[in-house]
This record gives sequence, C-alpha cells and structure tokens, in this order.
Amino acid sequence: MATEAHHYYVPNPSPYPFILSTGLLLMTSGFIFNINHYAPGVWMMLLGFLCVLYVLYGWFGRIIGESEGGAYSKWEDRSFRIGMIVFISSEVAFFAAFFGALFFMRRIAIPELASFDHDFTMYKSFTDAWPSAGPGGVVLGHAYEVPKFTPMSAWGIPAINTLILLTSGATVTWAHWGLLKNNRQQLIIGLFLTVALGIAFLCLQAFEYHHAYTEMGLTLGTGAYGATFFMLTGFHGFHVTLGTIMLIVILMRSMKGHFTSDHHFAFEGVAWYWHFVDVVWLLLFVLVYWL
Amino acid sequence: MTTATDVHAHDDHHEHHPAGIMRWLTTTNHKDIGTMYLTFSLIMFLVGGMMILGVRAELFKPGLQLMRPEFFNQLIGVHALVMIFAALMPAATGFANWLLPLQLGAPDMALPRLNNWGFWLLPPAAILLTLPFTLALFGIGDGAVATGWTLYAPLSVQGGLGVDFAIFSIHLLGISSVLGSINIIVTIFNMRAPGMTLMKMPLFAWGWLITAFLLIATIPVLAGAVTMLLTDRHFGTHFFDAAGGGDPILFQHLFWFFGHPEVYILLLPVWGFIPHILSAFTRKPVYGYKAQVYSFWAIGILSVVVWAHHFLTVGMPVPALLYFMYSTMSISLPLAVLFFCWIANMWKGSMSFETPMLFATGWIILFGIGGLTGLVLADVAADAQYHHSYFVVAHFHYTLFAGGIMGVMAGVYFWLPKMTGRMYNEKLGKLHFWLTAIAFNMTFIPQFFLGLAGMPRRIPDYALQFADFNMISSISAFVLGLSQLLFVYNIVSCVRGHGEKAADKPWEGAEGLEWTLSSPPPYHSFTEQPVIK
Ligand SMILES: [Cu+2]
Repeated sequence: MATEAHHYYVPNPSPYPFILSTGLLLMTSGFIFNINHYAPGVWMMLLGFLCVLYVLYGWFGRIIGESEGGAYSKWEDRSFRIGMIVFISSEVAFFAAFFGALFFMRRIAIPELASFDHDFTMYKSFTDAWPSAGPGGVVLGHAYEVPKFTPMSAWGIPAINTLILLTSGATVTWAHWGLLKNNRQQLIIGLFLTVALGIAFLCLQAFEYHHAYTEMGLTLGTGAYGATFFMLTGFHGFHVTLGTIMLIVILMRSMKGHFTSDHHFAFEGVAWYWHFVDVVWLLLFVLVYWL
Repeated sequence: MTTATDVHAHDDHHEHHPAGIMRWLTTTNHKDIGTMYLTFSLIMFLVGGMMILGVRAELFKPGLQLMRPEFFNQLIGVHALVMIFAALMPAATGFANWLLPLQLGAPDMALPRLNNWGFWLLPPAAILLTLPFTLALFGIGDGAVATGWTLYAPLSVQGGLGVDFAIFSIHLLGISSVLGSINIIVTIFNMRAPGMTLMKMPLFAWGWLITAFLLIATIPVLAGAVTMLLTDRHFGTHFFDAAGGGDPILFQHLFWFFGHPEVYILLLPVWGFIPHILSAFTRKPVYGYKAQVYSFWAIGILSVVVWAHHFLTVGMPVPALLYFMYSTMSISLPLAVLFFCWIANMWKGSMSFETPMLFATGWIILFGIGGLTGLVLADVAADAQYHHSYFVVAHFHYTLFAGGIMGVMAGVYFWLPKMTGRMYNEKLGKLHFWLTAIAFNMTFIPQFFLGLAGMPRRIPDYALQFADFNMISSISAFVLGLSQLLFVYNIVSCVRGHGEKAADKPWEGAEGLEWTLSSPPPYHSFTEQPVIK
C-alpha cells in the first residue's frame, strides 16, 4: 500500500499500444492467409512483424529512459513486481495445458484405445504402451500409417541441457549477488555466462530436433508422442529464446552502467523469468524425456 | 537502447491530452480507457444481438426459410463468441477501469499503457472474428467459424478458414484478458488508499480480484487448447485424433477447464455490483460483507474443479460422473449464501425502486432461475435427457443474459450519473427494465419447455410440434432486441449532456469513495489519496 508522499507516475499518452495491436492484427491475419495458401499473407506478416519490432524498441526504450530518469519510486516498482509475478503465473497455466494433454493421452486416451473388446475394435493389434504414435487409421480422408520412430532418450543431450540450465540459474543468481554488493564486474560476468549457457542450450536443442527429424523418424506428426514432445519442448525453447534476448538486453544495460543495488526491477524480472523457464525444463526432463 | 525521455515535463495535475481521435488511440487515462471498453461492449452487444435475431427469424417457423444451415451455424457460434468475449467481458473490464481507481482512492490504474494495449487488442480480435463473413462474399473461404463457440474437435479440425480466424481472435482476446487481469490485480494490491485494508475494500473490487485470478488460471489453458487445434489443422499433430493416440474428448476437457470458470468470470463482477446497488436503494449497509467475500473465494476455487459437467454424456467412468455431479452441486452452497445476503440486505430496508434497483431485484429472481435450472443439468441422470437441448440454451441465457447482462445494466444505470454527470430519463429507464424483463422471460421460458420436449439446440429446422413455442420465442426475442434501443437512447443522451445535472451523490443511500468526487469526476481521479479510517 502507498504510504509514500509521492505522486504515482501516470505516463503520458503513448502511441505504442495501438501500433502493437495493429502489428498483431497484421501478423495473425497474414499468418492465417499464409497457411491457407493466399498470396499476400507473407507480406502482411512481415509488415506486422516490423510494427511489433518498432514498438518493442520504442516502448521498452521509453520505459528504460523513464526508469533511468528517476520516474519510478518504490511504489511503481512494486506494481511491476506484482505484475511480473501474475504474468509468470499465466505462463504456468499455458504450459499446464500441454502437460495436461500429455497426461490425458498417455494415461487415459491410449489405455482406452487399447482396452476395447477385440471383436468390436478396429485397433486389433494396438497395445497400451508409451511412447506411442497411436493405432493408425484414417484421418480426415487420409490414411495415417503409424510411423516407425525412435523415442528420445533422456541421458544424452537432454541430461546435458539440464545441467546447462541449472548452471545458468546459478550464474544469474551469482550476477544478482554481484549487483547487490555493487560488484559490477561480477554482475556482468555472471550475466554473460548466463547468456552463453542459454545460447548453448538452444544450439543443443536445435541439434536434437535436427537429429530427431532426419535420423529418428520423430516429427510433429508422430502421433501422441511426437505432438506432445515437440509442442512442449518447442514452446519451452521459444521461452528460452525470449529469456535469452531479455538477458542480452539486461547485460547491455549493465555494461552501460544501468541498475543500482536498490533499483533494478528489470534485472529481477528477467531473473524470475529465467528461473521459471528452468523449472519448466525440469518438469519436461522428468515427464517428457525420462519417465 | 535508451532514448532521451523528459519524464519531468509530465505533470499529472493538468488535463492535457491530444484532441480528437488521437486522444483515444494513445490515452493512458483509466476513464478514457473505461469509456472505450464500455462503448465497444455496447456496440458488440448490438452486433451480437442482430446475429441472433437472424437465427430467431429462421426459427420463427419450421423448415428452412431465410438462410442456408451453414450460415445459421456461423451465426449462432459467432453470436456466442461476440456476446461473451466482446460484449460481457469488456463491459466488466470497462467498469473495472472506471470504478476501481475511484473506489480504491487511486490516481489511476497501476499500469496505464498496458491498460490501453488491453483495450486496443479488442477491435483487432473482433475484426478477425467477423472478417470471414466478408471474405466469403469475395469468394475467399466459406464464412465465419461454424462449429458453435465451443469449437469442438473433430468438427473444428475439419472446418474452413473461419476456424483459423476464430483461433487467432481467441488468442488476441486472451492476451487482452490477461493484460486486463494483471492490471487489475496490481491495482488492487498496490493502489488502495492508505488505511483501506483488503477487508475494507468494496465488494466490486473483491469480485474483480477473484475474476482476475480465474482469468490468469484459465485463459492460457484455452490458448493452449486452440493452439493444439491449429497444429492439428495445419501442422500434422494428433492431439484430438484417435488414429494418432489423441482424443477429441481431450479438447472438451481443456475447453471447459476454461469454459466453466468463464461463467464465474462473467458473473463475479456483477455480484460485485449488486450489493452496492441494494445497499443504496434499501438505505442499509451491505449485509454480510465477510460472508460474501468468502463465498466469492469458495465459488472461485470450486469453479476450476467442476468442468466436466458440460459433457456428462460423453462417456466417462461412473466415479468421474459422480465426482463432477457432486462438486458442481456443491457450488450452490456458497451461491445460496450470496442469495441470502442479497435478500437479507433488502429485509426491512426503506426501499425505493429507481431503475438500477429494478434491475437489481429483477436480476436476483432471474439469476436465481438460472442457478436452479443449472442444478438440474448437473444431475447426471437428468442431464442424459436435457443435454444439448433447448433447456440448456434457456438455462445459460438465464445465467448470462439475466445474470450477466441485466446485472451490467443495473450497474450502468447506477453509475451513469457519476460517469457522465447527467441523470438518465427515469421513465424510459423503468420502461426499459419492464420490457426487457418481460420479453426476456417470454423468449426463454418457452425454450425450457421446448428442451424438455426434446428440441435439440443448434439445428435450423425442427419438428412441427415445436412450432408454437418457437413462434412465441422469436417474437419476444425481437421485442427484447428492440427494447434495448431505449437503453442506447438513455446512455447516448446522458453522454451528450442532455438531462438533469447529476449531484455528486445522486443516490441518497449510496456509499463509497466514488461519490465523494464530482460528477463527472476530474480527469485524474485521486491525485491525493484519501486516508481511510
Ligand atoms: Cu459449467
């Protein structure tokens, strides 16, 4: 609650939200035209993407300017913190949908498909097992043949990636300690290591996808297993990418001398986000790769 | 990255803002944004209403008269999506924007630019939803989404271009709701006047706080579900396809994990309105404040664990059926607490029946009917008979039109003098209430009986035995639709400055910080926060 004798900072009118929404309208409708094979889709997406990039640069630039210009006191800072916690909670719910789908298919749908009386089912040789790409059959008029595939083993690249992300969680915390002690060098080295580990994770993940598609016969279309594997790890990888970009911005700001030991919400917001991405990975490692 | 920013040139004591359209495109003011939300909501309410009048016209008599069945399907689905996401939810968010800073004693919402973005995502979402109607005229695609608002797989996997547009419309609406919720949660936790503890906070803020929590927990799940739908449609996944080990029922679980809490997302802000209105027109303090807060919490928590009552007939194991039946019915306990509080609030009050009070009392009765018929549908054995019939349609219109929209109308009449500084025309307001209440009942009571007699929903044609009740329902629906013009007239004339000037506190019994400000309030609300004792 506000006890500070201070006016809450209400920003001036801003064009960015409207431009951002326009950009998103162009991107989404362009994407729809594109996947339905209407020609102008790509150009709409591109134009929309430029709008979004312009806004990201301008809007965040403005916020950083306000922050460094001293517009935000503890009161505003608290708003950002609560907001970030709520935002991350919504991300948790988003991942929960895909974990829920994994649970449902593996524990309910596939056992049920395998459980029907032999005389009354079209899936006669289908047994309840995981990983599974389903019993096969006709999909929307096209025959779906169960592909031969090798499931992803947990104890290769995924285990290394687990170590990488856990280490990166430690390095970002170490950087935070540096910031709190006013040790700028520790802050910058810590952030640099975190960014490097994030990029290493993404490279290994890309290599793993390539391997899956070219040599293991494992694709997005490999039934229940392929769909949950790629959607869960894919959205996670997307979040790691966003997190890495955010870390790079924070690193650049640190090198410019931004943040003090008692005024650094942006740093902590990014660190929270990074830890969230880390926790999601641990769940992925256990539920998607290992068990 | 840093751009030069003159943060101190800004001064929040003055009303300087760009003029004309730029004011609305760029505003960071909670009242401007609230006004945009409410205006958008009213427009979309009329758009969604016209769609369903097309449906009722087709159902006026048996046989196919006016439209192809495909177009009929598009109208019912888009009607529901428009009414839920573009009329009722923005109305609630618009009120949150207008009222929360006034009621909590805050200068503005906590995150003003984010607030503006939340609104400006809505028109693009509405464009995406309705654009396929237009595209079809030019030979692109086959019209809007025709699966009903629930987008059940596998129909939605097979559907045309309209489904893709609906998927991305839902994504934008979802982002908007999450942004709105973030802003409201932050405002409630961080912007209250000194001394206003959570348990001294107005019930409207409580209702919205629980709503925001529910949105944060469930909207992303809907986003996940429609994302799976998109990849099933275009990128070869098998989430909802048995051949690949998926299951269409998975979609129903994900959808209704969002869909049931959505009912309370629509209703909780209205439950926040009602005690304020009842207390003002009975000249009594709010009855059972704590009981109402705890009931909000209980209903909020229960609402995320009961979703499968929407598809009890789909073929679930008996223990699951029993669980979902009993857990659903248990919601009626905290809901009954609320009903007792509302009734006790009126007990021995010195009541007067201005338009807001008419709507509030009518609302209690009609929403009560919605609740009781829901209890019938939650019963596994009875639901086997009623599922997917017009009984369901009548039931959820009692909860969402009466319980939702008529509650919002009560709020509009109650706070319109505060927002515009003008009194609406009381005679027309009362006429609006009586026409709405009577026409509403005449529209939907016949549908209960049609459902009991076995008329299925979402079918453009029906058996001859259903003809009379459908005719009554259709005529009444048109009366209901036309009487909303009185509502529009009342609002427009207040906004344009006609009518008597409203006092700072136009309702004698009203309580709350918003009535301590002028009508209309200054551009920036509480620049100095009041101290609550
Ligand atoms: Cu429900």
